Amino acid sequence: MKPINNSTMDNDELIALVEKMPAFPNSVQRIIQLTSDINSSGKEIVEVIESDPVMTVKILKVINSPFYGLPKKINSIQRAVVYIGMNTIKNLALSVASIGVLNPKNKAGFNTHAFLLHSLTTAAICKKLAERQGVPQADCSDFFVAGLLHDFGKVVFAEFKAEDFRKALQKSAAEQISLHRCESECIGMDHSQAGALLAEKWAFDQLLVDAINHHHASNPHHLLTQCLFAANQISKKMEFGHSGNSIVEEFPPAVDSLFGMGLNELIESWEDLTTLRSEALSFISGT
Amino acid sequence: MKVTFRGVRGSIPTPGPSTLKYGGNTTCIEIRTAVDDLIILDAGTGIHALAQRLDPKLPIQAHIFITHTHWDHIQGLPFFTPIFRPGNQIDIYGGLDPVTGEGIERCMKVQLQYSFFPIREAELKTKLSYHTLLPGKTVTAGTASITPTILNHPVLNFGYRVECDGHSLFFTGDYEPPYNIYQPDEPDHNEYQSHVDAKLAEVAAAMANVDALIVDSSYTDQEYLSKRGWGHGTYRSALTMAAQANAAKLFFTHHEPGRTDQELDRLFQQLREENHDAPFQIEMAREGVEYTF
Repeated sequence: MKPINNSTMDNDELIALVEKMPAFPNSVQRIIQLTSDINSSGKEIVEVIESDPVMTVKILKVINSPFYGLPKKINSIQRAVVYIGMNTIKNLALSVASIGVLNPKNKAGFNTHAFLLHSLTTAAICKKLAERQGVPQADCSDFFVAGLLHDFGKVVFAEFKAEDFRKALQKSAAEQISLHRCESECIGMDHSQAGALLAEKWAFDQLLVDAINHHHASNPHHLLTQCLFAANQISKKMEFGHSGNSIVEEFPPAVDSLFGMGLNELIESWEDLTTLRSEALSFISGT
Repeated sequence: MKVTFRGVRGSIPTPGPSTLKYGGNTTCIEIRTAVDDLIILDAGTGIHALAQRLDPKLPIQAHIFITHTHWDHIQGLPFFTPIFRPGNQIDIYGGLDPVTGEGIERCMKVQLQYSFFPIREAELKTKLSYHTLLPGKTVTAGTASITPTILNHPVLNFGYRVECDGHSLFFTGDYEPPYNIYQPDEPDHNEYQSHVDAKLAEVAAAMANVDALIVDSSYTDQEYLSKRGWGHGTYRSALTMAAQANAAKLFFTHHEPGRTDQELDRLFQQLREENHDAPFQIEMAREGVEYTF
């Protein structure tokens, strides 16, 4: 973990606040629907949870707690279902849904729908990149989850540090500086630090913590972080949704050599990239 | 190791003329070690019959392991009479419910409320001690070692491996082996299957080489067709488990409430014929019957 200097946000306060954080409107609505129908399919429930970073975070937090003594951390909702049972996961999702819904009109002026599309497309791209690199099927969901959760810190800021986050968003847009730099200035920590801090507190897999922490790093080391870096930039370059940050970063040398090409070449070599966007969109608009 | 079935019925007690042979009490298994430690698996209505056999003049030390908190596995707890006499030591063990965030103490707290029971927990004569267990972490109860494993059911459910005096037993509680929720042609099928296979391997390892494997075998194959996802196993899934675990003796339990003695006899006869060459013995769990290992 990078040390957090001059933080205006108390870490314990941040952790306590996130407990009460509601999930995105569409998934809350769908979970309530699905859990009111005894014949609803487990597949649909898994799909809804996997399309919502807040639901995903809260379920992983429970399943990875020391009380379930896992020999290996669980990053995937599917694995969580197999390990602890569908009905338990369904009821955990329902308890998240009962908190209420994330207000799309937050005081930060942060577009949560566009953010969700960015997160979901980054997740799907990150998973595809893992497949491309020959990662075993069972581990590819770790890459999806890293993509889904990499910007989780932003949605926390929008909810609980709205005023400071609004300033950071404005400064980033006006001066064309990366948002994470403006966050550090306005909030005292950036979204990757906030996300990693939470993931570490909740005993998530260390590789996932590191990937969230270093997804803007100048030279990401691990394959998961490298794929996440690339997926994040591809999603931004293609303007799939909006993460609040328009600055597209070039691939660092490690990422360049991993794929044997730079950002633009990688996008050009990808035939069905836009279908990822339409699939993600269908998840979040409930069609 | 002595094992006595005190309750073998699933869901609801079924007293009456059609259940006299196998018994109508809900789940409870009594285990005695060589030095007479008392280990109890689940506290269905069968625990009351168990309590009737304990000498009221002697102090009782009981270790009660709850597989899960569905009613038929806890409803006998308030009627375990040693809790009303001073000087007894009752330890109750179970998991932490991921949904409520509460431990096994809740199963008494919920039942001993004014509307449902005349006595409050504070009025009990014996102090109950509650212990939250972690999956895979072995605990000691007297001379026995007990290890919980999470098994699939519509609530957190622990299967328990009990070891003492060089012998071992595994009880599943209520368990439906996990199955793939995706069709073979769906993109998520293979990944999900890899998680299922890993879980089944973990379960097989937890049961490996036991003297007695006691399994929730609620349904026939035909009945299971309309009960998938309800959280219970079949005679077939129990047989598969016993073969994989290299168990010496398999007990079918958690009999359906509507299953008569006659039907259980008929099913048992059929299972014996079909599995006469199985490398393990099979038995229908029957209330009041004691086995020594």
